[in-house]
Amino acid sequence: MERRITTRLGDGSFIELTRSEIEADLVAGSEMGAKRSKAPLLGDDEIGHLLDIFASEAKFSAVDIGDEVVLSFDGCGNADAGTPISDLIIYQNHHGADSVELWHHDYSYKAVKTVLSFETQAMKDAQMMVVAPLNYGAMPDLGRYSMPDGPVPNWSELLPLGRIAEARASQVEAGVHATRDMVHVAEAMVEAGADGLDFDTSGAAGDGDLLATLNAVQQIRAAWPDAGIEIGMASEYVLGMHGELEFEGRRLAGMWPEDQLAAATAAGATIFGPAVNVNTTKSVAWNVARACTIVKPCTAAATIPVHMNAGMGVGGVPMSAYPPADATARVSRALVDILKLDGL
Amino acid sequence: MASTHALASGMGGMRTAGDLVARLQITRGMRLTRAKEYVAGKLGCSLRDLADPVAMHEIRGELGLGRIPVQDLTYANEPGGLEAKFRIADVLDVPINSVQRFRRRAGIDG
Repeated sequence: MERRITTRLGDGSFIELTRSEIEADLVAGSEMGAKRSKAPLLGDDEIGHLLDIFASEAKFSAVDIGDEVVLSFDGCGNADAGTPISDLIIYQNHHGADSVELWHHDYSYKAVKTVLSFETQAMKDAQMMVVAPLNYGAMPDLGRYSMPDGPVPNWSELLPLGRIAEARASQVEAGVHATRDMVHVAEAMVEAGADGLDFDTSGAAGDGDLLATLNAVQQIRAAWPDAGIEIGMASEYVLGMHGELEFEGRRLAGMWPEDQLAAATAAGATIFGPAVNVNTTKSVAWNVARACTIVKPCTAAATIPVHMNAGMGVGGVPMSAYPPADATARVSRALVDILKLDGL
Repeated sequence: MASTHALASGMGGMRTAGDLVARLQITRGMRLTRAKEYVAGKLGCSLRDLADPVAMHEIRGELGLGRIPVQDLTYANEPGGLEAKFRIADVLDVPINSVQRFRRRAGIDG
């Protein structure tokens, strides 16, 4: 009888699987990723390497010496250290962060605009103390521009009524507002000394959200050639809430990471962050195999650094407030080893 | 979670040369291998040294690239914060936004 190995589900809870069951999960995860994204399956050697990682009973797992990658932390800190600058120093000095990010509790460029003077002062003060690259980050968050929170008709209300043209027009109008706000915040942050901007969970509201971001990035790149720009995605697949929006002749709806990367690169991003959401009912091994399959064509084609999202509930890291170190370490190593990432 | 990633796959930030390699990615869009080679070339060290806190502690001290205080080991007499970023910009030959703005606002270099 095969020995049972303690591992975890995507919600972080313990399960026990045999080595054969873990291998079957890896193969099934890769097949699911390939089926959806049309990417090639992971090779036998890659499945074998993942099996060694996930069938180990060690508490921790890590990349080989020399294979370390850059960690660009978004949203550094938990706002429990007294000041945002303290959060940044803690991440720099105690968490080994290779770059850090100043952020506001209301993590949206629209919201940040209203407190921009405070945020830019914090950026300027922080730049005096922090040595690691210090970016500013928030979400494009297109939904904020729809009624009742924003100025344009709510496309989520219009679509079920069959008012497709109006829903599309409102998303385009919202995108103009969102792009303007993102560029406005970027201008102030660059003036305050920021090393770069992070557009986190881009595409969360669909193709209109991503288009607004790409348009903003294009303008920021033209204005500030040396500014760092990271586009981090919300999920593996761009939802077609509009359905017909294009960036430089390419339809955004339905894009998978490789095409998302191409759009981000064309817009002028210096770092791209693919995201693959976790299925909490499947094992971490299944989720990692699926994530690796979906993202592998992206890292293979990249000309800019790829920092895969690996926070709670993405990339294979369990959807838990306290992601267990045993699972997170395996995910971290697996993503770097299989995808040849530039960072996380 | 942050510390787990740092130990499992991270370069080490300011304990090593992780922040320096990150600058080449952020500012120049260099992929990892090229960014590591660039930084190692500028520092005159091996690729393996870049993620080694023992080697980088000495190199950062010699070049004034900023070091993290550890209990009674403090570096008040060395470049830190923005001072260290002046050195990093020179050593790596990359523009650092906060350094450029400090120079302009402080009236350095005209």
